[in-house]
Amino acid sequence: MAEADLVRMANQIADFFAAYPDDEAAAMVADHIMKFWAPPMRQDLAAMLAAGRGDDLSPLARRAAERVVAAASGAA
Amino acid sequence: MNQIRQADFGTPAARGEATVTVTIDGMAIDVPAGTSVMRAASLLDRPIPKLCATDSLQAFGSCRLCLVEIDGVKGTPASCTTPVTDGMVVRTETDRLRKLRRGVMELYISDHPLDCLTCSDNGDCELQDMAGAVGLREVRYGMEGANHFDAESREPVDASNPYFQFDPSKCIVCSRCVHACDEVQGTFALTVEGRGFGSKISAGTFADDFFASECVSCGACVAACPTATLQETAVVEKGVPSRVVETTCAYCGVGCSFQAELRGNDVVRMTPSKSGGANEGHSCVKGRFAFGYATHPDRVLKPMIRERTTDPWREVTWDEAIAHTARRLRELQDTHGRDAIGAVTSSRCTNEEVYVIQKMVRAAFGNNNVDTCARVCHSPTGYGLKTTFGTSAGTQDFKSVEKADVILVIGANPTDGHPVFASRMKRRLREGAKLIVVDPRRIDLVRTPHIEAAHHIPLTPGTNVAVMNAFAHVVVTEGLVDEAFVAERCEDESFARWRDFAALPENAPETLAEAIGVDAGTLRAAARLFARAGNAAIYYGLGVTEHSQGSTMVMAMANLAMATGNIGREGVGVNPLRGQNNVQGSCDMGSFPHELPGYRHVSDTNVRAAFDADWGVTVPDEPGLRIPNMLAESVSGRFRGLLIQGEDLAQSDPNTQHVTNALSQLDFLVVQDLFLNETAAYAHVFLPGTSFLEKDGTFTNAERRLNRVRPVMTEKTGLSEWETIARISDAMGYPMSYASAADIMDEVARLTPTFAGVSHARLDHEGSMQWPVTDAAPTGTPVMHVEGFVRGRGQFMVTRYVPTDERANRRFPLLLTTGRILSQYNVGAQTRRTENVRWHDEDVLEVHPHDAEVRGIRTGQRVSLTSRKGGTTLTAVVTDRVPQGVVYTTFHHPDSGANVVTTEYSDWATNCPEYKVTAVEITPANEPARWQEEWQTTRATRYDIRVPAE
Repeated sequence: MAEADLVRMANQIADFFAAYPDDEAAAMVADHIMKFWAPPMRQDLAAMLAAGRGDDLSPLARRAAERVVAAASGAA
Repeated sequence: MNQIRQADFGTPAARGEATVTVTIDGMAIDVPAGTSVMRAASLLDRPIPKLCATDSLQAFGSCRLCLVEIDGVKGTPASCTTPVTDGMVVRTETDRLRKLRRGVMELYISDHPLDCLTCSDNGDCELQDMAGAVGLREVRYGMEGANHFDAESREPVDASNPYFQFDPSKCIVCSRCVHACDEVQGTFALTVEGRGFGSKISAGTFADDFFASECVSCGACVAACPTATLQETAVVEKGVPSRVVETTCAYCGVGCSFQAELRGNDVVRMTPSKSGGANEGHSCVKGRFAFGYATHPDRVLKPMIRERTTDPWREVTWDEAIAHTARRLRELQDTHGRDAIGAVTSSRCTNEEVYVIQKMVRAAFGNNNVDTCARVCHSPTGYGLKTTFGTSAGTQDFKSVEKADVILVIGANPTDGHPVFASRMKRRLREGAKLIVVDPRRIDLVRTPHIEAAHHIPLTPGTNVAVMNAFAHVVVTEGLVDEAFVAERCEDESFARWRDFAALPENAPETLAEAIGVDAGTLRAAARLFARAGNAAIYYGLGVTEHSQGSTMVMAMANLAMATGNIGREGVGVNPLRGQNNVQGSCDMGSFPHELPGYRHVSDTNVRAAFDADWGVTVPDEPGLRIPNMLAESVSGRFRGLLIQGEDLAQSDPNTQHVTNALSQLDFLVVQDLFLNETAAYAHVFLPGTSFLEKDGTFTNAERRLNRVRPVMTEKTGLSEWETIARISDAMGYPMSYASAADIMDEVARLTPTFAGVSHARLDHEGSMQWPVTDAAPTGTPVMHVEGFVRGRGQFMVTRYVPTDERANRRFPLLLTTGRILSQYNVGAQTRRTENVRWHDEDVLEVHPHDAEVRGIRTGQRVSLTSRKGGTTLTAVVTDRVPQGVVYTTFHHPDSGANVVTTEYSDWATNCPEYKVTAVEITPANEPARWQEEWQTTRATRYDIRVPAE
């Protein structure tokens, strides 16, 4: 999926959960992505981070994305 | 007496709990206090002759035919307007009464044509029946005096309405039609004009005819008319129906029950069922009259295939189409991986049809790439209500509105979108309930006969959440929280967090007023009215969900309902008005890519284990692709094959250029539908679908009511949708062995706890049921969360207002919002193929007078509507119904291209598209948009059907 779409969607999710305390919010965003994004989308997100891209991710979205990647690595 | 006429007890049922005993013709009966003598007699099978009374209307005692004798009462009172009292003794048949009734009938008949044998109502005429019932044998006054039926005096038949006619010569001026329009429909279009012998029914003094009048063609007057005066045109042409099949409407989420009335295999008319839980005998112009599409010549009845989308279609057998479909789908998986294909289910299909598709995807495809058209309408409802209350469903039955004291309508236009429920709501508003409307447009409900909203909040599109947060702020800071309810029913921690959030100055009406575009005083007054109501109910539509904060808004409304204690009893609740008839059902059946039937996440090991065991497969534990994800993945090349049933992505989904580009990229697209729709232009296989008149199954309406859909006629295609899918699944190596649709529902019940008590047999014998139907609620659940929330304690969510990225700017200074109109339905595939086009033959663009003036635009002028995504041209209508800075259109006609301008933005939680906010500019135009020219080319080249050689 186009990275611009992934970034936009991740940032939107982060915008909602930003109302919650920081650590909690990152976990909530990550949980949402894992529950509702299909694996190929999550893989694209991981690839974007691995390639050093994703500068447009908000700080909260980035922390959540890193959690998603970490969870996937753990699962693997 | 006509055998298909529904029972009529003369007056409505009384609602009192106390009972009284009355003796009628020597027989005693206990009835609720307030019951009329007429109804009590009818319940005893002692029907009293009547003309002006019918049990859909309050009695008004006009015709004087229903006279009775009552011990201790002087004279002969009208039984329709006389309530029974305890110990009352009534006689319905005496010589005196017979003489009086004959006298009354003589007067009626002396001004009624005696053309029964050639009358269209012959055999179905209450006047005829009553003449027989009272033993009328002569008319002493003769037929030669002044009258309304002879050649010199009769007025012409008004046949202006395409569905029914008005023949004044047959009218007895009983006034049922006037009362039906007032009480049942609430439009007040009809009146009695003139006085005495000159009295006549009129569709309004200033109207030339019914079509030009305020009449909305709901058919309530036709249903109420006891003669052939108001008569369905189809009955005039085809004759009185001879048999009946009870079924469910295929249009909006109200889910009205109808009697399909036939002669032979021809449906003559659809009559709303009095026993229908959703509609209780009422209907709208779509459900009652607009069913002709089912037999329209545009329907494709044979499967067709083609190699390339530029090839003509080739008709094939079902066997060939199914084998080809299965083979191509499997080849794509073999080449591109298991996840390269998916399917889309439809809210126009039955629960059973939807269930089978999601099963095919999970069991035969082996992935979770199944989504439903509810993605683009009410998916935020699913997310928001599940998060806060614990389940993805509206909380009330429709009848609940009769107990509401304040009704908050947000982002819905019930009189157009859900007209039968709107009539019920309007009745409650006329009784005195207060109304708050939150909508950019001044929808009809804001000011309509005998109804005026206490507050209309014409918010700037995209600021719903700001409005709810302002309400929450007032509730929290002015001591309007129902502390006892919250303490008993809701989570302490989430409530405390929400209370702190709501109290922040950033949520004060004074802070948010500028963004909302409505003064703080109005916001505060509306919030106070809601919170102090007693019973306050929220009804909402796509004006809530189709925003980037759609899910946030659903949760904000749930917060408000919980904080004010408006959940868990009649008259309150959070109520989604679903767009299509089976939106609720298609979601219930597990057609979201992250949920199995019953809204259970695919990651739930125990749930998956139950399906694994029953289906004999391993259900994948990861969510699949949503519709917008499928389209994006198609563009990126990973998603290669799609089966779409009953949904027209190319017309209904946003950003048309993106959608059609994605569809064009697919290696293999299968479309199953009634017609070659816009999406079919990009398809390789077309599978003909069945109309609701051919289906066997169930629909679930917006109040969670499972209604039976029964086949009125055999499938014109030779194969039902569920059989089609089952055979494709078989051909792909996963056999499905259902013998009937009832078998499928049995499987649903076996695997879905909330449907545990549901079966076709029960629905046939006991009538409709509202899920959950369980051991704890064996006959269903009209109102949810009565004792506690499904999730245990209600969860408050913090709902920060985040403005959408789609904003007006110098280049695109206006905001476009979209909606639908009474006579048309969604993409119009059905209603455009009926006479309903006479009310709406094109989509127009509503423009505020100021915005029109500065651009030199007048009503009737063609205008170019452009956004950053594309442009189209529409005809302008200048009206202050829309606020300055906002333009509005509908999307019923494909050539309008409303979605050519809508954007890729969507709800943060569900990807439901943000149809309701698009920054646009409008300018006068003198030629079609480029997209419209390309569309014409597509229409001309993608729909050829090769005629088989003889």
